[in-house]
Amino acid sequence: MTPLIEIRDLCFQYEDGTKALDGVNFTLHAGETVAVFGANGSGKTTFVLHLNGILRGTGSVAVCGMEVNKDTLARIRSKVGVVFQDSDEQLFMPTVLEDVAFGPLNQGLPPERAIETAKTALEQAGMEHALAKAPYHLSAGEKRRVALAGVLAMQPEILVLDEPTTFLDPPAQANLLHLLAGLPQAKLIVTHHTRFAAELSTRAVFFEKGKLVADGPVQEIVQRFDWIYPALDAADLRYSAQRRF
Amino acid sequence: MHHVLMDQWSQGSSPLHVRDPRSKILALLAFLIVLATTAPDAFLTLAIDAAVLVAGILIAGLPPGSLLLRAMTVLPFSLTFGLISWLAGDRLRAVGLLEKSYVSTVAVLLVVGTTPLPLLLSGLEALGVPRLLVLVAQFLYRYLFVVSEQAQHLRLAAACRRGTERRRRLGFRAAAGALAVLFARSYYRAEGIHRAMMARAFSGKFVLLRRLQFGVADGLFTLTIAAFLILVRIQ
Repeated sequence: MTPLIEIRDLCFQYEDGTKALDGVNFTLHAGETVAVFGANGSGKTTFVLHLNGILRGTGSVAVCGMEVNKDTLARIRSKVGVVFQDSDEQLFMPTVLEDVAFGPLNQGLPPERAIETAKTALEQAGMEHALAKAPYHLSAGEKRRVALAGVLAMQPEILVLDEPTTFLDPPAQANLLHLLAGLPQAKLIVTHHTRFAAELSTRAVFFEKGKLVADGPVQEIVQRFDWIYPALDAADLRYSAQRRF
Repeated sequence: MHHVLMDQWSQGSSPLHVRDPRSKILALLAFLIVLATTAPDAFLTLAIDAAVLVAGILIAGLPPGSLLLRAMTVLPFSLTFGLISWLAGDRLRAVGLLEKSYVSTVAVLLVVGTTPLPLLLSGLEALGVPRLLVLVAQFLYRYLFVVSEQAQHLRLAAACRRGTERRRRLGFRAAAGALAVLFARSYYRAEGIHRAMMARAFSGKFVLLRRLQFGVADGLFTLTIAAFLILVRIQ
């Protein structure tokens, strides 16, 4: 079976010379949910921006059997839906309905069908009550849901979520978790929140200095890289404080 | 924020809101031409022009006080040029500059406040304004909230770290630094918005949910306004 995403030897360097990705190999199959771990600046976001051709490096990136290039970009962007870390960057139209319909309209749907699709996506995300609201009047959790609806309205086969729990309080995180668990798409979740990732994913990959250095079950990766919030006792904290000041 | 308020105002459903954007743009154009060609001392004509605007504001259900206050943002600029004319001895021109710039701004705000921006820009494009210019306007407007939000964050951060009352005002160096940071941060934020748009298949043209429809009522609206203004002007 053709994988949904197949990446071979992907390298990327920013204009200032920073090598952000170095020989990354990765495969994602239908129905899979994969957590992407790694320290800040390790290349996670750069990696996901290659999946729909927003960034273009060397090596090969294939989505649903199509190589990412100028000719396939439009189709690939319909297949890969990216929910960005900061929802405010994703919500730029005057009303929620217009924002969610933005993608379907760009895909060429007539306005009536775009509205229908947008309403269905808002229902899916539990935000149908907010369609006439201005996005900047929503709470952080609601914004995240609307941003997700905007992506779902494009009916993608793959969902990429960059730090989906950022700015969300615990109840909003739990709501998002339930929402995502119910979606059939294959998912790639970039996160530092290991518990959130473990609830949704069976597999995880770990990035270190632009390299994908590990791929395996979530718990195994978390333990191998000690990727959990450190439980410091009072003595540790006193020691750290003395050392710094 | 002005643009947020304008967005809210433009979502109404008054007889002015429902007019095709092209009819409002053409009426505005007629208004501005008539105003520009009116003598500064033709106070009755100017008063009638202003009354037309007030009637428009009331029909649209926009808050008159708030709109008239917002139009005052143009005054510092026109005051500068007005002052130059005044000092040069041309007092009538100075008065004309002030009254015309203010009334023109009210007229523009009335149209912007009754037309959602995507529709307004689409109307401009349909009237022959180059697409590139329309796109730039669209981005400028959308990124305005990015810049103002970043500025608010910086101001808050500065206020939190400003100690005594004596140091209340930001020094020139600090203000210059803040401006540079604001520019850099806004740039990155705008880049993020652009990425999000590209990710949702944006190809350089804003597609609208509502199609433009120029009906008989729209034509009559434009003709009536234009004819009335011209009649008042030539009387």
